[in-house]
Amino acid sequence: MATSEPGPPRREVTVPLLRRVEGEGGLRLGFSDGALSEVALEIFEPPRYFEAFLVGRGALEAPDITARICGICPVAYQTSSSLALEAIAGATLTPEIAALRRLLYCGEWLQSHALHVFLLHAPDFFGCTDAVELAQRDRGLVERGLRLKRAGNQLLETIGGRAIHPVNVRAGGFYRAPASAAVAALVPVLRDALEDARAAAEWAATLHYPDLHRDYRLVALRGAGAYPIESGAYVAGPDGLAVSPAEFAELAVEHHVAHSTALQARLGGEAYLTGPLARFAHNRDLLPPLAAAAADAAGLGAICTNPYRSLLVRCVELVAACEEALRLAEAYVPPDPPAVSLRLGQGRGFGASEAPRGLLLIGYATDAEGDLTWARITPPTSQNQLSIEGDLRVLAEGGASLSDGELAQRCEAAVRNHDPCISCSAHFLDLEVTRR
Amino acid sequence: MSDPFAPAPEWEWERVRPPTGRGRPTLAVFKLASCDGCQLSLLDHEDALLRLADVVQIAEFAELSSASMPGPYDLVLVEGSVTTPADAARVAGIRDAARRLVAIGACATAGGIQSLRNFADEPALARRVYAHPEYLATLADSTPVSAHVRVDAEIHGCPVDGGELLEVVAATLAGRRPITRPHAVCEECKQAGHACLLVTGRAACLGPVTHAGCGALCPGVDRGCFGCFGPSESPNTSSLAAGLARRNISEKSLRRLLRTFTAAAPAFATESARHGDV
Repeated sequence: MATSEPGPPRREVTVPLLRRVEGEGGLRLGFSDGALSEVALEIFEPPRYFEAFLVGRGALEAPDITARICGICPVAYQTSSSLALEAIAGATLTPEIAALRRLLYCGEWLQSHALHVFLLHAPDFFGCTDAVELAQRDRGLVERGLRLKRAGNQLLETIGGRAIHPVNVRAGGFYRAPASAAVAALVPVLRDALEDARAAAEWAATLHYPDLHRDYRLVALRGAGAYPIESGAYVAGPDGLAVSPAEFAELAVEHHVAHSTALQARLGGEAYLTGPLARFAHNRDLLPPLAAAAADAAGLGAICTNPYRSLLVRCVELVAACEEALRLAEAYVPPDPPAVSLRLGQGRGFGASEAPRGLLLIGYATDAEGDLTWARITPPTSQNQLSIEGDLRVLAEGGASLSDGELAQRCEAAVRNHDPCISCSAHFLDLEVTRR
Repeated sequence: MSDPFAPAPEWEWERVRPPTGRGRPTLAVFKLASCDGCQLSLLDHEDALLRLADVVQIAEFAELSSASMPGPYDLVLVEGSVTTPADAARVAGIRDAARRLVAIGACATAGGIQSLRNFADEPALARRVYAHPEYLATLADSTPVSAHVRVDAEIHGCPVDGGELLEVVAATLAGRRPITRPHAVCEECKQAGHACLLVTGRAACLGPVTHAGCGALCPGVDRGCFGCFGPSESPNTSSLAAGLARRNISEKSLRRLLRTFTAAAPAFATESARHGDV
């Protein structure tokens, strides 16, 4: 996949199409006189203008419309959207509704993490082109991943109606509470999934990881007494940062810069990272018991800044999602009514939840009729983009003597460490690469 | 839109079978402007995925595999709508490489949610989102694949139903016509035994004019159908709109209902235009 222009002083290493990621993007490294001069994660997903066409729509339409940004993590979009609207309305969910929302979101974590760990990421550690080839070597491993993914989808289907773009979610809760028997039927599925997840964490601890440590500025929700999934107490960041989602929106400034073709979020003018490494760093003490034990057994310390080992942290989070889902399913009481009613007048509100690949921040403003007048959507991948480029810079500087093909392969794999969702980020990204 | 699975002159199943001696039939999956959800529907067949990979050569599927084989491909699935000059050119190339091309999902078959730009001033939308809209190279409209190249079949839905997707893939490879549902959501709803939301007056519902395939999911959760599978065959959208108006559904609500995930599908676009402008 690599190409190069002949001879020094100018050398370019490109990956025209990143594979085993969600959405379409590429990467480009430029060397001038042997020195790295350019690093770019390129996005060529067409812009889709969500923030623009949400304006003028009814606020209660926002969760479903916004979900169409991403088919991999629609529950994250529905949830952050709902949280923003609930903030505007000043509404508080009942404990039963909040529990059901967390249970649904666990399904998305299982589905998305299992997809990434086993189908997209794991092949890199075995030199395989894909999970199909990996299955020829170790079918049991891939089948375990597929079982975990299936369990997540069963959760989503039972609560949401379908796994991709669930239909049962609304701001304030749900359209209909699933029957107790339907949720009870998930319990044995989740028990099996928990065993699969624990086995996955043990397996992940045996993999060989490149020894790369990065000085990331980690940003995640800090959980309110539990590992942050569908909500958190506040946004936690470097240097003791602890702010509300609305305050964080002021701090995380999005730039439209020519060299990278994207609106990139920066915190205090600098790169930061969201996702499993950030969640783990800020919430290790909130992991449920079996997940904490899995982290201990895998040798994870208080913090992990090796991007390759994000696979291991995702497996620990698979255990956590199974544990939480099992606990919530066993304790399930159908919320009645299934949603709190929202009175939406003029206002502005923010919501943040932990999409599998990182913090998803959404803000809306509404007018007196409850129609949207403004929208801001800051997905994880836009926040992670600069840190991903930072990884590539380190690898390119350290690997300048590699062949183009080897370097391209190494960098492409490094992008996958962060499970980027380019479909998510693309709604505000440039189509054409413009270099000055 | 006509029945996507009606027999057509080009519906020659022999053409999609690999020439003798070429081994397994080849499958390619491509993405245009979309959310990834419809191709994920294929990966969501956890029980069938590895078996499918046994009988099919997955020749090009960027989300799943680093392997990439050049065309031609026996079966090509295309997700997403055409919104840029680059994708318009790309879809023509994809067609050239496809023995059979199936458009999957609301974006590929109707332009998707991003076809809301078709009803607005596209440069104004770009200015609202981007600091430097001059960097963009986009088309004014979001259009389905069939507006650009010949399409052998369409699978509706936002997202597609995974069962229907697998049926079309399996049927194609077996050389038979896929068994799919050409009727309206309304019929699926009756079969499922849900109380009619229009009769009970609990919600505005597009079930009578929406393409089947979801299994009447929304009425199943006490929610009106919002048309994410697009118009059914010969929908009487005007009649439904008049009926909804009699139930005190406002013009604004009607327009929004019709202008969501398949806004540019002709039956919905035409009717929504009768209910004011955004």
